[in-house]
Amino acid sequence: MPEKDKIHLTKFSSFYGETLALREISLSIRSHQIFALLGPARSGKTTLLKSINRLTDLIFGVRHTGQIFIDGQEVFGADVVLPDLRRRVGMVFDLPTPLPLSIFDNVAYGPRLKGITQKSRLGEIVEKALKSAVLWDEVKERLSSSALRLSGGQQQRLCIARVLALEPEIIMLDEPCSGLDPISTTSIEESLTNLKKDYTILLVPHNIQQASRVADQVGFFLSGELIEVGAVDQIFTRPRDKRTEDYISGKFG
Amino acid sequence: MLISRYHTQTAAKSIIWVGAFGTLAMMVWILWEVLREGIPLLRLEFFLDSPRQMGRTGGIFSTIVGTMVLTVVAVLIATPLGVGTAIYLREYTRESKISRMIRFGTDCLAGVPSIIFGLFGFVFFVIFMGLGWSILSGGLTMATMILPTIICTAEEAIKAIPNSYREVSFALGGSRWQTIAKVILPNAIPGIFTGVLLGVGRSVGETAAIILTSGSSFLMPTSLFSPVRTMSIHFYMLAREGISMEMAYATGAALILLILVINSIANWLLHRYVRKLEGKGHA
Repeated sequence: MPEKDKIHLTKFSSFYGETLALREISLSIRSHQIFALLGPARSGKTTLLKSINRLTDLIFGVRHTGQIFIDGQEVFGADVVLPDLRRRVGMVFDLPTPLPLSIFDNVAYGPRLKGITQKSRLGEIVEKALKSAVLWDEVKERLSSSALRLSGGQQQRLCIARVLALEPEIIMLDEPCSGLDPISTTSIEESLTNLKKDYTILLVPHNIQQASRVADQVGFFLSGELIEVGAVDQIFTRPRDKRTEDYISGKFG
Repeated sequence: MLISRYHTQTAAKSIIWVGAFGTLAMMVWILWEVLREGIPLLRLEFFLDSPRQMGRTGGIFSTIVGTMVLTVVAVLIATPLGVGTAIYLREYTRESKISRMIRFGTDCLAGVPSIIFGLFGFVFFVIFMGLGWSILSGGLTMATMILPTIICTAEEAIKAIPNSYREVSFALGGSRWQTIAKVILPNAIPGIFTGVLLGVGRSVGETAAIILTSGSSFLMPTSLFSPVRTMSIHFYMLAREGISMEMAYATGAALILLILVINSIANWLLHRYVRKLEGKGHA
């Protein structure tokens, strides 16, 4: 199975100044599946995601030890070109973050940075991305109106479309449904299930039930440590660690 | 003795009210005084004719041109410098010794009296660089004068942009410069614009620094190396040297109208830009 590992972490630790955020995480994530990072707040899930596409570089005073590999390439290696890495590893944040641009320009933002300027080509990319994020039918009439005027759920799907337009290999979603109503949540979960055919997905679910609905593999994090990894059925029915069981059954969290 | 809550409330309200309306009244009074004396003298020829007999008769055309050109030169030099400094301070460096030094420098620069800038401009641009009394010397001097304002407002504008915009842009594969060019600057422009407008106002109204660097010739300038007389200086000369109080008032009125026109056009442009930025047309 190792040849199908998309992401591989060896003893990866991360610190904010003196504060430990992740402790010696070793983990393999296979391609074409949804990997859920489960755990209470401040357990290091977001830090892990932001380390994989090196958004942690933007934060002053972050340092790390250990390694992260994507397809065998060291993410923190000297030969890594950051914009290329971030195009390969797309990220959707917990709150919808449309840029103050039109719907079209939001989705075309990444492709344009890559140097695609041809209008027809951009149009194709935008349409495809919006369709994959199940937003096309709602916005196709008003692509040139401001993205800020969309509803919260639509904005979050726009953010997913924006990431898809990069044609990434990995998509990371950090509690993408935290501010959303159940209907929007369902439509996002559906699109995730469709997307895993083509992508590797890392998801921080906004509750335990969401993990059980969509995930293939689950990793349980607590205070910066990876307590347990396993298939979703195993984690939810036969957790090996007492802390996992307590969290899943709602004793804390 | 205790004063009831009701009375302190009333007292506070009165003081605030007096403050607000006092300011307004002062402005109205000044405008009224100048416009009342000046507007009756404003004719089309006054705007289109050049001063004659030291300004006793004729118009102010050459001084309008001088004011505009000098201001444009100052703004064109100060804006890129100021915005560049602000971007450096906000996007390329953290709080450090250097950034603190730059900020301290700009703060000091902002507090220097204009006559000192005039002296510096005279010594450095006029004499040392050999630019003579010219639009260029005056424009460069004004540029150094309005630079702190532009840096400060541009920095505030950049600071106000949510960090999530930066994060998103980087996450979508943007380089630092692409993020600045596509997200930071477009969203900071309304704020930067405010700073530039303040700079324009200061250039248009300045006298001391410009007399020392651009001279006071009211002949029509022919190049950036010509000396000029701006409207403010013309006003000052007419009034101070007792040439013609009437013409001084007329010039003052024209100056106020010019500033009103510039501000209105600027506001209109800004409004249009903000509407476009937020996405209406353009796909």
